[in-house]
Amino acid sequence: MSRRALLELVAALAAAAIVLLVAALVPWLRFVLTIAIAKGIAVLGILLLLRAGQVSFGHALYVALAAYAAAFAAPRMPEALLLLPLGALVSGAVGLVVGLFVVRYREIFFGMLNLALSMVFYSVLEKFYALTHGTDGIRLPAIRYVGTALGPEEAGWATLAVAILLALGFGAFVRVYLLSPMGEALSAMKTRETRLEFMGIPARRVLLAAYVLSAVMAGCGGVIIAMTTRHVTPALAYWTASGELVFIAILGGAGSVFGPFLGAFGYELTRTYAAALVADAWQMILGIVLLGVILFAPGGLWGMGRSALRRRPAGEGAA
Amino acid sequence: MPGWIADNALLIGLAVLDGLSYAAAVFMVAVGLNLIFGVLRVLNIAHGSLYAIGGYSAAALGLFVVSRGLPGWLVFPTLLAASVLVGLVLGPPIERLLRRTEKEEPVLQLLVTFALFMILEDLQKLLFGVQPVVFDAPLKMLGTVDIPFGQDVIPFTAYQLFVLPGIALVTLAGLAWFLRRTLYGRMIVAVTTDREAARAMGIDAAKVTLLTFTAGAALAALGGALASPTASLVPGVGAQTIVLSFAVVATAGLGQIEGAAVTSLLIGLGRSFAVYFEPELEVVVPYLIMVAVLLVRPQGLFGVPETRRI
Repeated sequence: MSRRALLELVAALAAAAIVLLVAALVPWLRFVLTIAIAKGIAVLGILLLLRAGQVSFGHALYVALAAYAAAFAAPRMPEALLLLPLGALVSGAVGLVVGLFVVRYREIFFGMLNLALSMVFYSVLEKFYALTHGTDGIRLPAIRYVGTALGPEEAGWATLAVAILLALGFGAFVRVYLLSPMGEALSAMKTRETRLEFMGIPARRVLLAAYVLSAVMAGCGGVIIAMTTRHVTPALAYWTASGELVFIAILGGAGSVFGPFLGAFGYELTRTYAAALVADAWQMILGIVLLGVILFAPGGLWGMGRSALRRRPAGEGAA
Repeated sequence: MPGWIADNALLIGLAVLDGLSYAAAVFMVAVGLNLIFGVLRVLNIAHGSLYAIGGYSAAALGLFVVSRGLPGWLVFPTLLAASVLVGLVLGPPIERLLRRTEKEEPVLQLLVTFALFMILEDLQKLLFGVQPVVFDAPLKMLGTVDIPFGQDVIPFTAYQLFVLPGIALVTLAGLAWFLRRTLYGRMIVAVTTDREAARAMGIDAAKVTLLTFTAGAALAALGGALASPTASLVPGVGAQTIVLSFAVVATAGLGQIEGAAVTSLLIGLGRSFAVYFEPELEVVVPYLIMVAVLLVRPQGLFGVPETRRI
């Protein structure tokens, strides 16, 4: 393991410890942090697509798909360790089918097709009342963890722990993936796809692999959201929820696997505090934050932190 | 099949009429979106908010005119004035911001318009509140027309029958004439086709972009203003409108005005038929049409293959 990888591992573990500490000190933040980590996992998938220069305005589809899969399965199978793979599997399978179709398109058409399909799913959730209870949504029963029924307090902690473990796992995986030939091919696609094809690398298959992975990660995020809120509604699939994921990716910075999580914490905390401060203007505040990041810090929060560390004379801890 | 048509004549008639007036409003938004994409190469997510704000402003000004007891016909120029106002007030600053990020990646530019969408959504809530706004004075003033349909008669509002589609047609014809026959119009087409070449020919591309963006914003606002008497205004209408006009633009292919008109009609009629016959599919139909079209013609119904950058 290189020195840099080791440093990042220590940083990730330290971040996990800080999250647990904050959740213990400020109990009501535990919910917000769990949701933020869930979204961060989904945004890791967006990061993969961004590497290829593609932006999906429809990944809330996979978040919602897995969340609803969990909601439907939970009454018969209230086990977190089974619901998570189930959600990931459902999202991954649908991601494969949809992916075969959308990887033929680039840029705006890619974004729009994803948007369209997520909106189709949204209206299915909203309109087929008999099955999905429409905008009322579905409530989830209490979930067991490794076969153990927990009280609401313990269940909250267990979900947070599962979320952190998944975030660490997926974060490490994406880091390795991006450095692998498949990951390098993604960056090459962004620079010049034709050259990639000349080298005999099928661009569509490279993008498809990233797309399915992103669907799986969005699915895991979706199940965690469903287990945390214990209530799923069609709003999870609305296009603004997809925009939120892209927002978090840019806010955090697409340069590192830490970006999505930094972005997600920044987003959820700003949203929570802004909504408490001015009820009808939290979206406006977030919009202004996003504009500021794009105009003045295109590297996102991660890029800002990095350049701040770089400027230090000794350069300690610069990853 | 003929039997089915005879049995459902009334519903079909209503669906066609509703679809026409709906398509007219959608066209106004989609055509502006298309023009703006042409000169700036960015799909403006905030465009739907301009539609919503245009609708709210028209309703607010119209209600003011009515409450003051001014002559009733004044509500029509008010609709127009409100949209021009929205275009002039919001268009230039947004254009300025987008021009500032012109050099950035397309993803970031798209995100700039998403940020603007979030800001405008809340601005609209702060300015006009979250309660539904109803403004049906123009509808009531023009009354209804009885349209014979088979053995039945459909009473349909004259506003939705004549004013909405009429203004959309005038816009379509006016834009086609403007873009092809006038100097300014041809400058817009030149900048759309090749910005660099246009500048080399001495065209002030920055000015053309500003003009086009402001006009596109005013068209979206006009679409909202014209539709405001037909449905009550609620928060979220901007978000709904933008995804629908995305569907229209993607189905039509980018850079096609007549194409946008035909596609608006197709999607407007498709949606209203769904409303009357399969209400569950109402929201889905536009996207089903879009996906079906893109499967067969990836560049859109009327798009030229070159526009697809792969």
